[in-house]
Amino acid sequence: MEVMTEYINSDKGASASLWHRQGFRQFMLVVPALLALILLFAIPISSVLLKSIFDPDFTLKHYVYFFKTPLYSRVLWITFQISILSTLSALIVGYPIAYVLRRAKPGIRNFFLLAITLSFMISLLVRNYSWIIVLQRNGVINTVLSTLGLIDSPLRLLHNRFGVMVGMTHIFVPYIVFPIYSVMMGVDLNLEKAAQNLGASRWQTFWRVSFPLSLPGIGAGALLVFIMALGFFITPALLGGRKEQMLSNLIQIQIVDLLNWPFASAMSVILLIATLIVFSVYNRYLGLERLWGGVKK
Amino acid sequence: MSEGSRKRAAHFDPLHVGWPLWVVSGSAIIFLIAPVLLLIPMSLGSAEIIEFPPSQIGLDQYRKFFSHPAWQSAVLNSLQVSAMTAVFSTFLGVMASLGLVWGRFRGKGLINAFIISPMIVPIIVMALAFYISLAKLGLIGTKLGLVLAYTPLTLPFSVLPISATLRGFDRSLENAARILGASRFQTFARITFPIIRPGILTGAIFAFMIAFDEVVIALFICGTTAVTLPKKMWDVIRYEIEPMLPAISTMLFLLAIIILVLVGFLQQRIARRMTGR
Repeated sequence: MEVMTEYINSDKGASASLWHRQGFRQFMLVVPALLALILLFAIPISSVLLKSIFDPDFTLKHYVYFFKTPLYSRVLWITFQISILSTLSALIVGYPIAYVLRRAKPGIRNFFLLAITLSFMISLLVRNYSWIIVLQRNGVINTVLSTLGLIDSPLRLLHNRFGVMVGMTHIFVPYIVFPIYSVMMGVDLNLEKAAQNLGASRWQTFWRVSFPLSLPGIGAGALLVFIMALGFFITPALLGGRKEQMLSNLIQIQIVDLLNWPFASAMSVILLIATLIVFSVYNRYLGLERLWGGVKK
Repeated sequence: MSEGSRKRAAHFDPLHVGWPLWVVSGSAIIFLIAPVLLLIPMSLGSAEIIEFPPSQIGLDQYRKFFSHPAWQSAVLNSLQVSAMTAVFSTFLGVMASLGLVWGRFRGKGLINAFIISPMIVPIIVMALAFYISLAKLGLIGTKLGLVLAYTPLTLPFSVLPISATLRGFDRSLENAARILGASRFQTFARITFPIIRPGILTGAIFAFMIAFDEVVIALFICGTTAVTLPKKMWDVIRYEIEPMLPAISTMLFLLAIIILVLVGFLQQRIARRMTGR
């Protein structure tokens, strides 16, 4: 009955019915994308979850095995370690770029922005491959150093922690620079002038004024990069050695080499949950909109 | 305040960047771009091994690439898969953006979050998910399988630029067209679509590029019958020494420059249309 009267009422009030119909029509526009995402994304992801807990009856043995085997706990630890270190090193490389970008003249600023955006657009494989060429035994660095007579035997720069850190930092720097730069653009530089007028040194001005004001950008960039790093696959596989294999790489080995799909599924769920935890922190403090709003220039 | 500090304050310029900072930020920029630039001279070497600096200069590697059937089919597969993905993803993305930006209905925030959620899921988890599902459907080793996997992956990246453009679109233009007697379809085809077209193209380019560069999902889905360019490059980087690789990388670098110019051009068009000039 209530529904009936509401229906009649809405039909009488022309504007209400239009709104109603408009809302419905526009919802229908979203339906194809929703269906595609349910069929091609939600169901496949759920099938991973199901595969990890039914083998064929309900069981948690794959999760127990993961946390009881020292090898896998170690890989989980390595994954977090590499993610934290690469986020920090991307911050160290990226922050000065953002700081200078904020202050540079338009010509230099555009050149810097162009270089960063270009590096960001180049194929991931190509960027990793270029580091192989630079870092390998007879690569660019070793050739140059030995020609100059600085080293007798080639340095080991590849297939170790150093190689992975260089490769991942290289990929993450743009993701760090853009959010910090966009936050810095919103800060009035007169604040620094005021600090200076009140007797602060350059160093004090930076640490007490500029740096704290850029923290939201640091937070946004660092969390975004950390989320990406947790699931990183290409760089550890190409530039890392056996000791730098992350969770993603182990999942691939389980699927392709050992054909152990249920265990690979359990590891995937663990990786997904770890990512979602970090993401919920991001969402809580920065909001979903930042995910794209902060990255664009 | 001492005389010295007053003097310093008077001369203080917040835009001033000291030379150590120039060195640090300049090196960071070199770090970002130099390794890829190094590949260009390396691609001109003619030897069977990759050497730095190359001993003979020539375009042999490029010639070899364009006459190699396996690489050609990889490029062709990649182009087909990426183009199909871009079409699907853009089609779904335009409709979804129109609904989400202009619609008023419950659960909009949730749907928005759902559409961009493939951005957050680790790529290896997606790869396993598609591997399990597409194996059931017998679509491993097919281009269709790759397109089905890449559509949700690229959807967020086509929705974001399209909805950003839509949000800047002045809807009174539509009302004007309607008042002047245009049908709903005419209004969309003659007014709305032409104005938001640069945003749609940007979304399509993003979707294309992501699919064109994707390797992790490809490792699982390509099999031996639908090998894409990134998958073939991956195999070569991992297991062989292939003197053609610097040449291939150089061409992908040029592609990135072309895309950058194209996207920059489209951004300008969007900005111009939004300010109504």
